[in-house]
Amino acid sequence: MSFVVPNTLKGFGVTLKQVFKKPITQQYPEYKRPVYPRYRGRHRLHRHENGLEKCVGCSLCAAACPADCIRVVPAENTAENRVSPGERYARIYEINLSRCIFCGYCELACPFDAITLGNDFEISEHNRDDLIYTKDMLLAPPMKRVPVADRDLYDTPIPYYEDNS
Amino acid sequence: MTHHEAWWITIPKALVVVNVVMVFFALTTWLERKLLGRMQLRFGPNRAGPKGLLVPIADLVKLIRKEAFAPMAAKEPLYILAPVVSMFTALLAFSVLPFGAGWNLWGEHINGAVVNVPISLILIFALGSLGIYGFIVGGWASESKFSTLGSMRTCAQLVSYEVSLALSVLGVVLMGQSLNLQAIVDKQQATLWFFIPQFVGLIVFLLGGVAETSRPPFDLPEADTELVGGYHTEYSGMRWGIFQAAEYINMITLSGLCVTLFFGGYHFPWVHSLDVLGPIWFVLKLFTLVTLFIWLRATQPRLRYDQLMRFGWKVLLPVATVNALVTAFLVVLIK
Repeated sequence: MSFVVPNTLKGFGVTLKQVFKKPITQQYPEYKRPVYPRYRGRHRLHRHENGLEKCVGCSLCAAACPADCIRVVPAENTAENRVSPGERYARIYEINLSRCIFCGYCELACPFDAITLGNDFEISEHNRDDLIYTKDMLLAPPMKRVPVADRDLYDTPIPYYEDNS
Repeated sequence: MTHHEAWWITIPKALVVVNVVMVFFALTTWLERKLLGRMQLRFGPNRAGPKGLLVPIADLVKLIRKEAFAPMAAKEPLYILAPVVSMFTALLAFSVLPFGAGWNLWGEHINGAVVNVPISLILIFALGSLGIYGFIVGGWASESKFSTLGSMRTCAQLVSYEVSLALSVLGVVLMGQSLNLQAIVDKQQATLWFFIPQFVGLIVFLLGGVAETSRPPFDLPEADTELVGGYHTEYSGMRWGIFQAAEYINMITLSGLCVTLFFGGYHFPWVHSLDVLGPIWFVLKLFTLVTLFIWLRATQPRLRYDQLMRFGWKVLLPVATVNALVTAFLVVLIK
Protein backbone atom coordinates (compact mmCIF):
# COMPACT_ATOMS: atom_id res chain seq x y z
CA MET A 1 0.00 0.00 0.00
CA SER A 2 2.84 2.36 0.81
CA PHE A 3 4.18 2.02 -2.73
CA VAL A 4 0.96 3.09 -4.37
CA VAL A 5 1.54 6.82 -4.39
CA PRO A 6 5.16 6.96 -5.60
CA ASN A 7 4.49 4.30 -8.21
CA THR A 8 1.46 6.19 -9.47
CA LEU A 9 3.48 9.36 -9.78
CA LYS A 10 6.15 7.42 -11.63
CA GLY A 11 3.51 6.40 -14.16
CA PHE A 12 2.68 10.04 -14.75
CA GLY A 13 6.35 10.67 -15.47
CA VAL A 14 6.39 7.90 -18.05
CA THR A 15 3.46 9.31 -20.00
CA LEU A 16 4.79 12.84 -19.79
CA LYS A 17 8.13 11.75 -21.19
CA GLN A 18 6.47 10.49 -24.37
CA VAL A 19 5.15 13.97 -25.20
CA PHE A 20 8.66 15.19 -25.90
CA LYS A 21 9.58 12.27 -28.12
CA LYS A 22 9.00 12.22 -31.83
CA PRO A 23 5.85 10.30 -32.75
CA ILE A 24 6.59 7.08 -34.58
CA THR A 25 3.53 7.27 -36.81
CA GLN A 26 4.27 7.09 -40.53
CA GLN A 27 2.30 9.80 -42.29
CA TYR A 28 0.86 7.63 -45.02
CA PRO A 29 -0.06 9.64 -48.10
CA GLU A 30 3.09 11.74 -47.76
CA TYR A 31 5.35 8.89 -46.81
CA LYS A 32 4.80 5.49 -48.34
CA ARG A 33 6.60 2.69 -46.67
CA PRO A 34 8.35 0.61 -49.32
CA VAL A 35 6.58 -2.67 -49.86
CA TYR A 36 8.31 -6.00 -49.61
CA PRO A 37 9.80 -6.97 -52.98
CA ARG A 38 7.51 -9.97 -53.34
CA TYR A 39 4.43 -8.08 -52.15
CA ARG A 40 1.33 -9.31 -53.95
CA GLY A 41 -0.59 -6.30 -55.18
CA ARG A 42 -2.64 -5.55 -58.27
CA HIS A 43 -2.17 -7.89 -61.24
CA ARG A 44 -0.34 -7.06 -64.43
CA LEU A 45 -0.49 -8.68 -67.82
CA HIS A 46 2.76 -8.78 -69.75
CA ARG A 47 3.83 -8.53 -73.36
CA HIS A 48 6.69 -10.09 -75.27
CA GLU A 49 9.48 -7.80 -76.41
CA ASN A 50 8.01 -7.74 -79.90
CA GLY A 51 4.75 -6.34 -78.53
CA LEU A 52 2.67 -9.52 -78.67
CA GLU A 53 0.71 -10.41 -75.56
CA LYS A 54 2.01 -13.32 -73.52
CA CYS A 55 -1.50 -14.45 -72.62
CA VAL A 56 -2.85 -17.19 -74.90
CA GLY A 57 -6.32 -17.30 -73.38
CA CYS A 58 -6.00 -20.77 -71.88
CA SER A 59 -8.11 -19.86 -68.79
CA LEU A 60 -5.84 -21.80 -66.45
CA CYS A 61 -5.65 -18.74 -64.21
CA ALA A 62 -9.44 -18.61 -64.05
CA ALA A 63 -9.50 -22.29 -63.17
CA ALA A 64 -6.92 -21.85 -60.44
CA CYS A 65 -8.58 -18.82 -58.93
CA PRO A 66 -10.14 -19.71 -55.55
CA ALA A 67 -12.20 -16.53 -55.49
CA ASP A 68 -13.43 -17.05 -59.04
CA CYS A 69 -12.68 -13.47 -59.99
CA ILE A 70 -11.00 -13.94 -63.38
CA ARG A 71 -12.98 -14.09 -66.60
CA VAL A 72 -11.25 -15.04 -69.83
CA VAL A 73 -12.94 -15.19 -73.22
CA PRO A 74 -10.49 -16.46 -75.83
CA ALA A 75 -10.54 -15.86 -79.59
CA GLU A 76 -8.51 -17.30 -82.48
CA ASN A 77 -5.47 -15.45 -83.73
CA THR A 78 -5.59 -14.76 -87.46
CA ALA A 79 -2.88 -13.68 -89.83
CA GLU A 80 -4.38 -10.18 -90.08
CA ASN A 81 -4.98 -9.85 -86.37
CA ARG A 82 -2.20 -11.50 -84.44
CA VAL A 83 -2.35 -10.59 -80.75
CA SER A 84 -0.42 -13.39 -79.10
CA PRO A 85 2.18 -15.88 -80.31
CA GLY A 86 -0.06 -18.90 -79.71
CA GLU A 87 -3.16 -20.13 -81.52
CA ARG A 88 -5.53 -18.12 -79.43
CA TYR A 89 -5.48 -14.92 -77.42
CA ALA A 90 -7.63 -13.45 -74.65
CA ARG A 91 -10.33 -11.36 -76.31
CA ILE A 92 -11.69 -10.45 -72.89
CA TYR A 93 -9.58 -10.64 -69.80
CA GLU A 94 -11.22 -9.25 -66.68
CA ILE A 95 -10.25 -9.44 -63.02
CA ASN A 96 -12.79 -8.46 -60.42
CA LEU A 97 -10.49 -6.95 -57.80
CA SER A 98 -13.33 -6.61 -55.31
CA ARG A 99 -13.34 -10.40 -55.10
CA CYS A 100 -9.65 -11.09 -55.58
CA ILE A 101 -7.87 -12.31 -52.45
CA PHE A 102 -4.37 -11.71 -53.86
CA CYS A 103 -3.27 -15.28 -53.31
CA GLY A 104 -1.13 -15.38 -56.45
CA TYR A 105 -2.44 -18.75 -57.68
CA CYS A 106 -3.14 -17.26 -61.10
CA GLU A 107 0.49 -16.35 -61.31
CA LEU A 108 1.48 -19.92 -60.47
CA ALA A 109 -1.01 -21.46 -62.87
CA CYS A 110 0.01 -19.40 -65.87
CA PRO A 111 2.17 -21.47 -68.24
CA PHE A 112 3.52 -18.39 -70.03
CA ASP A 113 4.09 -16.04 -67.09
CA ALA A 114 1.61 -13.70 -68.72
CA ILE A 115 0.04 -12.61 -65.45
CA THR A 116 1.94 -11.56 -62.37
CA LEU A 117 1.01 -9.77 -59.22
CA GLY A 118 2.55 -6.31 -59.08
CA ASN A 119 3.19 -4.02 -56.14
CA ASP A 120 0.25 -1.65 -56.53
CA PHE A 121 -1.88 -1.56 -53.41
CA GLU A 122 -3.72 1.74 -53.74
CA ILE A 123 -6.63 0.31 -55.66
CA SER A 124 -9.67 1.52 -53.73
CA GLU A 125 -12.46 3.08 -55.73
CA HIS A 126 -15.75 4.81 -55.01
CA ASN A 127 -17.64 2.43 -57.24
CA ARG A 128 -17.56 -1.36 -57.26
CA ASP A 129 -17.76 -1.46 -61.04
CA ASP A 130 -14.51 0.45 -61.21
CA LEU A 131 -12.82 -2.46 -59.49
CA ILE A 132 -13.32 -4.72 -62.51
CA TYR A 133 -10.03 -4.37 -64.32
CA THR A 134 -10.13 -5.02 -68.04
CA LYS A 135 -7.31 -6.24 -70.23
CA ASP A 136 -6.25 -2.74 -71.29
CA MET A 137 -5.90 -1.66 -67.66
CA LEU A 138 -3.95 -4.77 -66.75
CA LEU A 139 -1.64 -4.46 -69.75
CA ALA A 140 -0.84 -0.82 -69.07
CA PRO A 141 2.35 -0.15 -67.15
CA PRO A 142 1.63 0.42 -63.46
CA MET A 143 1.45 3.89 -62.10
CA LYS A 144 4.85 4.49 -60.62
CA ARG A 145 3.76 5.32 -57.13
CA VAL A 146 4.59 2.29 -55.03
CA PRO A 147 8.07 2.36 -53.57
CA VAL A 148 9.56 -1.09 -53.34
CA ALA A 149 12.17 -2.00 -50.79
CA ASP A 150 15.63 -2.82 -52.00
CA ARG A 151 15.78 -6.48 -52.95
CA ASP A 152 19.25 -6.81 -51.50
CA LEU A 153 17.85 -6.18 -48.05
CA TYR A 154 15.97 -9.47 -48.28
CA ASP A 155 16.99 -12.99 -49.11
CA THR A 156 14.70 -12.92 -52.10
CA PRO A 157 15.82 -14.24 -55.46
CA ILE A 158 14.62 -12.34 -58.49
CA PRO A 159 11.89 -14.47 -60.11
CA TYR A 160 13.10 -15.75 -63.47
CA TYR A 161 10.19 -14.17 -65.32
CA GLU A 162 11.17 -10.74 -64.08
CA ASP A 163 14.81 -11.47 -64.76
CA ASN A 164 14.41 -12.24 -68.48
CA SER A 165 11.35 -10.49 -69.83
CA MET B 1 -21.16 42.05 -2.90
CA THR B 2 -24.09 41.04 -5.01
CA HIS B 3 -24.65 44.14 -7.04
CA HIS B 4 -27.71 44.54 -9.10
CA GLU B 5 -27.28 43.79 -12.76
CA ALA B 6 -29.66 44.91 -15.47
CA TRP B 7 -31.44 42.06 -17.27
CA TRP B 8 -30.33 43.33 -20.67
CA ILE B 9 -26.76 42.75 -19.57
CA THR B 10 -27.37 39.33 -18.05
CA ILE B 11 -29.03 37.78 -21.09
CA PRO B 12 -26.33 38.61 -23.70
CA LYS B 13 -23.69 37.68 -21.14
CA ALA B 14 -25.33 34.30 -20.63
CA LEU B 15 -25.40 33.80 -24.39
CA VAL B 16 -21.71 34.66 -24.69
CA VAL B 17 -20.74 32.41 -21.80
CA VAL B 18 -22.73 29.46 -23.14
CA ASN B 19 -21.07 29.78 -26.52
CA VAL B 20 -17.63 30.21 -25.01
CA VAL B 21 -18.19 27.05 -22.98
CA MET B 22 -19.19 25.22 -26.14
CA VAL B 23 -15.99 26.41 -27.80
CA PHE B 24 -14.05 25.22 -24.76
CA PHE B 25 -15.75 21.88 -25.14
CA ALA B 26 -14.63 21.67 -28.76
CA LEU B 27 -11.11 22.70 -27.78
CA THR B 28 -11.07 20.12 -25.00
CA THR B 29 -11.93 17.28 -27.35
CA TRP B 30 -9.15 18.44 -29.65
CA LEU B 31 -6.70 18.82 -26.78
CA GLU B 32 -7.60 15.42 -25.44
CA ARG B 33 -6.96 13.67 -28.74
CA LYS B 34 -3.79 15.60 -29.38
CA LEU B 35 -2.34 15.01 -25.94
CA LEU B 36 -3.41 11.37 -25.81
CA GLY B 37 -1.83 10.92 -29.20
CA ARG B 38 1.44 12.49 -28.18
CA MET B 39 1.54 10.51 -24.96
CA GLN B 40 1.17 7.33 -27.02
CA LEU B 41 3.82 8.38 -29.55
CA ARG B 42 1.18 9.21 -32.14
CA PHE B 43 0.51 12.54 -33.80
CA GLY B 44 -3.14 12.84 -32.87
CA PRO B 45 -5.35 14.85 -35.21
CA ASN B 46 -3.20 16.69 -37.75
CA ARG B 47 -5.22 16.63 -40.97
CA ALA B 48 -8.30 18.83 -40.56
CA GLY B 49 -7.03 22.38 -40.41
CA PRO B 50 -3.78 23.56 -38.86
CA LYS B 51 -2.66 21.07 -36.21
CA GLY B 52 -6.00 19.31 -36.62
CA LEU B 53 -7.86 22.15 -34.95
CA LEU B 54 -10.90 21.70 -37.18
CA VAL B 55 -11.41 18.13 -35.98
CA PRO B 56 -14.23 19.08 -33.56
CA ILE B 57 -16.10 20.67 -36.45
CA ALA B 58 -15.59 17.59 -38.58
CA ASP B 59 -16.89 15.53 -35.66
CA LEU B 60 -19.94 17.74 -35.37
CA VAL B 61 -20.74 17.48 -39.06
CA LYS B 62 -20.32 13.72 -38.91
CA LEU B 63 -22.57 13.35 -35.86
CA ILE B 64 -25.30 15.58 -37.23
CA ARG B 65 -25.37 13.77 -40.57
CA LYS B 66 -25.39 10.36 -38.92
CA GLU B 67 -28.70 8.55 -38.69
CA ALA B 68 -30.10 8.85 -35.16
CA PHE B 69 -32.03 5.63 -34.85
CA ALA B 70 -33.88 4.55 -31.72
CA PRO B 71 -35.09 1.16 -30.52
CA MET B 72 -38.71 0.41 -31.41
CA ALA B 73 -39.62 -0.05 -27.75
CA ALA B 74 -37.88 3.12 -26.59
CA LYS B 75 -40.05 5.51 -24.62
CA GLU B 76 -39.78 8.29 -27.14
CA PRO B 77 -40.32 11.51 -25.18
CA LEU B 78 -38.01 10.49 -22.35
CA TYR B 79 -35.53 8.96 -24.76
CA ILE B 80 -35.18 12.24 -26.61
CA LEU B 81 -35.37 14.36 -23.48
CA ALA B 82 -32.60 12.56 -21.56
CA PRO B 83 -29.59 13.95 -23.46
CA VAL B 84 -31.19 17.39 -23.40
CA VAL B 85 -31.51 17.25 -19.62
CA SER B 86 -27.89 16.31 -19.08
CA MET B 87 -26.71 18.95 -21.54
CA PHE B 88 -28.93 21.60 -19.97
CA THR B 89 -27.76 20.95 -16.43
CA ALA B 90 -24.14 20.78 -17.56
CA LEU B 91 -24.37 24.17 -19.23
CA LEU B 92 -26.42 25.66 -16.42
CA ALA B 93 -23.90 24.67 -13.77
CA PHE B 94 -21.27 26.85 -15.41
CA SER B 95 -23.44 29.93 -14.95
CA VAL B 96 -22.54 30.44 -11.30
CA LEU B 97 -18.78 30.09 -11.71
CA PRO B 98 -17.13 33.48 -11.26
CA PHE B 99 -14.68 34.24 -14.05
CA GLY B 100 -13.99 37.85 -13.11
CA ALA B 101 -14.27 40.28 -10.25
CA GLY B 102 -17.05 42.19 -11.95
CA TRP B 103 -16.73 45.38 -13.91
CA ASN B 104 -18.33 48.82 -13.90
CA LEU B 105 -18.83 49.96 -17.46
CA TRP B 106 -20.95 52.90 -18.65
CA GLY B 107 -22.46 53.27 -15.24
CA GLU B 108 -23.70 49.69 -15.22
CA HIS B 109 -22.41 46.87 -13.09
CA ILE B 110 -21.45 43.62 -14.77
CA ASN B 111 -21.10 40.59 -12.54
CA GLY B 112 -18.09 38.34 -12.82
CA ALA B 113 -20.39 35.36 -13.21
CA VAL B 114 -23.52 34.92 -15.27
CA VAL B 115 -25.52 34.96 -12.06
CA ASN B 116 -24.14 35.64 -8.64
CA VAL B 117 -26.39 33.76 -6.25
CA PRO B 118 -25.62 33.57 -2.51
CA ILE B 119 -25.52 29.76 -2.48
CA SER B 120 -23.78 29.16 -5.79
CA LEU B 121 -21.75 26.21 -4.47
CA ILE B 122 -24.86 24.33 -3.41
CA LEU B 123 -26.49 25.22 -6.71
CA ILE B 124 -23.64 23.61 -8.64
CA PHE B 125 -23.95 20.41 -6.65
CA ALA B 126 -27.72 20.43 -7.03
CA LEU B 127 -27.44 20.79 -10.79
CA GLY B 128 -24.84 18.05 -10.87
CA SER B 129 -27.26 15.71 -9.11
CA LEU B 130 -30.02 16.72 -11.48
CA GLY B 131 -27.78 15.90 -14.43
CA ILE B 132 -27.63 12.29 -13.27
CA TYR B 133 -31.31 12.03 -14.16
CA GLY B 134 -30.35 12.43 -17.80
CA PHE B 135 -28.15 9.36 -17.59
CA ILE B 136 -30.59 7.24 -15.61
CA VAL B 137 -33.65 8.16 -17.63
CA GLY B 138 -31.77 7.85 -20.90
CA GLY B 139 -30.64 4.32 -20.08
CA TRP B 140 -34.04 3.29 -18.82
CA ALA B 141 -36.02 4.83 -21.66
CA SER B 142 -33.88 3.02 -24.22
CA GLU B 143 -35.71 -0.17 -23.20
CA SER B 144 -32.57 -2.24 -23.52
CA LYS B 145 -31.04 -4.44 -20.88
CA PHE B 146 -27.53 -3.19 -21.56
CA SER B 147 -28.63 0.42 -21.29
CA THR B 148 -30.56 -0.18 -18.09
CA LEU B 149 -27.63 -2.00 -16.51
CA GLY B 150 -25.35 0.76 -17.70
CA SER B 151 -27.49 3.46 -16.20
CA MET B 152 -27.63 1.57 -12.89
CA ARG B 153 -23.86 1.39 -12.95
CA THR B 154 -23.56 5.08 -13.75
CA CYS B 155 -26.06 6.09 -11.15
CA ALA B 156 -24.44 3.99 -8.40
CA GLN B 157 -21.04 5.47 -9.18
CA LEU B 158 -22.15 9.07 -9.43
CA VAL B 159 -24.25 8.92 -6.28
CA SER B 160 -21.44 7.33 -4.25
CA TYR B 161 -18.82 9.77 -5.35
CA GLU B 162 -21.05 12.79 -4.95
CA VAL B 163 -20.93 12.23 -1.19
CA SER B 164 -17.15 12.47 -0.97
CA LEU B 165 -17.12 15.31 -3.48
CA ALA B 166 -19.53 17.37 -1.42
CA LEU B 167 -17.69 16.53 1.81
CA SER B 168 -14.33 17.48 0.32
CA VAL B 169 -15.44 21.05 -0.32
CA LEU B 170 -16.78 21.38 3.21
CA GLY B 171 -13.30 22.38 4.38
CA VAL B 172 -13.22 25.13 1.79
CA VAL B 173 -16.63 26.37 2.82
CA LEU B 174 -15.53 26.44 6.46
CA MET B 175 -12.40 28.40 5.61
CA GLY B 176 -14.10 30.68 3.12
CA GLN B 177 -17.08 31.09 5.49
CA SER B 178 -19.44 31.42 2.61
CA LEU B 179 -21.33 29.34 0.09
CA ASN B 180 -20.94 32.07 -2.48
CA LEU B 181 -18.16 31.26 -4.92
CA GLN B 182 -17.28 34.91 -5.45
CA ALA B 183 -16.81 35.33 -1.70
CA ILE B 184 -14.70 32.17 -1.50
CA VAL B 185 -12.45 33.46 -4.27
CA ASP B 186 -12.06 36.84 -2.58
CA LYS B 187 -11.28 35.16 0.71
CA GLN B 188 -8.55 33.12 -0.94
CA GLN B 189 -6.92 36.18 -2.43
CA ALA B 190 -7.14 37.94 0.93
CA THR B 191 -5.52 35.05 2.80
CA LEU B 192 -4.06 32.09 0.99
CA TRP B 193 -5.12 29.96 -1.95
CA PHE B 194 -6.93 27.06 -0.38
CA PHE B 195 -4.97 24.33 -2.13
CA ILE B 196 -2.25 24.72 0.50
CA PRO B 197 -4.31 24.41 3.69
CA GLN B 198 -6.90 22.19 2.03
CA PHE B 199 -4.48 19.92 0.21
CA VAL B 200 -6.26 16.78 1.33
CA GLY B 201 -9.55 18.31 0.30
CA LEU B 202 -8.09 19.09 -3.12
CA ILE B 203 -6.93 15.51 -3.65
CA VAL B 204 -10.31 14.12 -2.58
CA PHE B 205 -12.06 16.69 -4.75
CA LEU B 206 -9.97 15.81 -7.81
CA LEU B 207 -10.41 12.06 -7.40
CA GLY B 208 -14.11 12.42 -6.67
CA GLY B 209 -14.43 14.82 -9.56
CA VAL B 210 -12.80 12.40 -11.98
CA ALA B 211 -15.32 9.78 -10.91
CA GLU B 212 -18.18 12.26 -10.94
CA THR B 213 -17.51 13.30 -14.53
CA SER B 214 -16.90 9.61 -15.37
CA ARG B 215 -13.47 10.24 -16.77
CA PRO B 216 -10.83 7.51 -16.94
CA PRO B 217 -9.67 5.78 -14.76
CA PHE B 218 -13.18 5.95 -13.27
CA ASP B 219 -15.05 5.78 -16.57
CA LEU B 220 -17.07 2.71 -15.65
CA PRO B 221 -20.29 4.30 -17.02
CA GLU B 222 -18.85 3.88 -20.52
CA ALA B 223 -15.83 1.60 -20.24
CA ASP B 224 -15.55 1.52 -24.02
CA THR B 225 -13.10 -1.33 -24.16
CA GLU B 226 -14.63 -3.91 -21.87
CA LEU B 227 -18.33 -3.22 -21.30
CA VAL B 228 -21.10 -2.40 -23.71
CA GLY B 229 -21.42 1.39 -24.00
CA GLY B 230 -23.48 1.90 -20.86
CA TYR B 231 -26.46 4.19 -20.56
CA HIS B 232 -25.94 5.49 -24.10
CA THR B 233 -25.74 2.09 -25.80
CA GLU B 234 -28.90 2.73 -27.80
CA TYR B 235 -28.04 6.32 -28.67
CA SER B 236 -26.44 7.35 -31.91
CA GLY B 237 -25.84 10.44 -33.96
CA MET B 238 -26.18 13.82 -32.36
CA ARG B 239 -28.20 12.48 -29.40
CA TRP B 240 -25.14 10.52 -28.41
CA GLY B 241 -23.07 13.59 -29.23
CA ILE B 242 -25.11 15.66 -26.79
CA PHE B 243 -24.46 13.12 -24.03
CA GLN B 244 -20.78 13.25 -24.84
CA ALA B 245 -20.82 17.04 -24.91
CA ALA B 246 -22.56 17.10 -21.53
CA GLU B 247 -19.84 14.91 -20.13
CA TYR B 248 -17.06 17.14 -21.42
CA ILE B 249 -18.83 20.27 -20.22
CA ASN B 250 -19.23 18.64 -16.81
CA MET B 251 -15.49 18.14 -16.80
CA ILE B 252 -14.92 21.78 -17.73
CA THR B 253 -17.33 22.94 -15.04
CA LEU B 254 -15.67 20.72 -12.50
CA SER B 255 -12.24 22.07 -13.44
CA GLY B 256 -13.66 25.56 -13.15
CA LEU B 257 -15.09 24.73 -9.74
CA CYS B 258 -11.75 23.31 -8.64
CA VAL B 259 -9.98 26.46 -9.81
CA THR B 260 -12.55 28.57 -7.99
CA LEU B 261 -12.39 26.63 -4.74
CA PHE B 262 -8.71 25.81 -4.47
CA PHE B 263 -6.65 27.90 -6.89
CA GLY B 264 -7.89 31.42 -6.34
CA GLY B 265 -10.35 31.52 -9.23
CA TYR B 266 -9.77 34.43 -11.54
CA HIS B 267 -6.98 35.93 -9.45
CA PHE B 268 -3.33 36.15 -10.35
CA PRO B 269 -1.06 35.14 -7.46
CA TRP B 270 0.08 38.11 -5.32
CA VAL B 271 -0.28 40.76 -8.02
CA HIS B 272 -3.68 42.36 -7.47
CA SER B 273 -3.34 44.82 -10.33
CA LEU B 274 -3.48 41.97 -12.83
CA ASP B 275 -6.95 40.97 -11.67
CA VAL B 276 -8.45 43.01 -14.50
CA LEU B 277 -7.48 40.13 -16.77
CA GLY B 278 -9.47 37.78 -14.54
CA PRO B 279 -11.12 35.68 -17.27
CA ILE B 280 -7.73 34.97 -18.83
CA TRP B 281 -6.26 33.62 -15.61
CA PHE B 282 -9.44 31.66 -15.01
CA VAL B 283 -9.30 30.03 -18.44
CA LEU B 284 -5.58 29.32 -18.14
CA LYS B 285 -6.03 27.61 -14.78
CA LEU B 286 -9.08 25.77 -16.07
CA PHE B 287 -7.23 24.34 -19.04
CA THR B 288 -4.29 23.37 -16.86
CA LEU B 289 -6.70 21.23 -14.87
CA VAL B 290 -8.29 19.84 -18.01
CA THR B 291 -4.80 18.85 -19.15
CA LEU B 292 -4.32 17.11 -15.83
CA PHE B 293 -7.53 15.15 -16.42
CA ILE B 294 -6.30 14.10 -19.85
CA TRP B 295 -2.88 13.23 -18.47
CA LEU B 296 -4.58 11.04 -15.88
CA ARG B 297 -6.53 9.33 -18.64
CA ALA B 298 -3.36 8.58 -20.57
CA THR B 299 -1.61 7.19 -17.50
CA GLN B 300 -3.93 5.15 -15.33
CA PRO B 301 -5.76 1.96 -16.27
CA ARG B 302 -9.47 1.65 -15.55
CA LEU B 303 -10.56 0.36 -12.14
CA ARG B 304 -12.67 -2.72 -11.66
CA TYR B 305 -16.17 -1.93 -10.45
CA ASP B 306 -15.74 -3.34 -6.92
CA GLN B 307 -12.43 -1.48 -6.63
CA LEU B 308 -14.21 1.70 -7.64
CA MET B 309 -16.91 1.27 -5.00
CA ARG B 310 -14.41 0.23 -2.33
CA PHE B 311 -12.23 3.23 -3.10
CA GLY B 312 -15.18 5.60 -3.01
CA TRP B 313 -16.75 4.42 0.24
CA LYS B 314 -13.79 3.10 2.21
CA VAL B 315 -11.01 5.52 1.26
CA LEU B 316 -12.37 8.74 -0.15
CA LEU B 317 -15.36 9.16 2.16
CA PRO B 318 -13.48 8.67 5.48
CA VAL B 319 -10.64 10.90 4.31
CA ALA B 320 -13.07 13.63 3.28
CA THR B 321 -14.97 13.36 6.57
CA VAL B 322 -11.83 13.53 8.69
CA ASN B 323 -10.59 16.45 6.62
CA ALA B 324 -13.83 18.34 7.15
CA LEU B 325 -13.80 17.63 10.89
CA VAL B 326 -10.15 18.64 11.34
CA THR B 327 -10.74 21.80 9.33
CA ALA B 328 -13.74 22.66 11.47
CA PHE B 329 -11.68 22.19 14.66
CA LEU B 330 -8.81 24.29 13.35
CA VAL B 331 -11.07 27.07 12.12
CA VAL B 332 -12.68 27.29 15.55
CA LEU B 333 -9.30 27.08 17.29
CA ILE B 334 -7.68 29.83 15.26
CA LYS B 335 -10.64 32.08 15.84
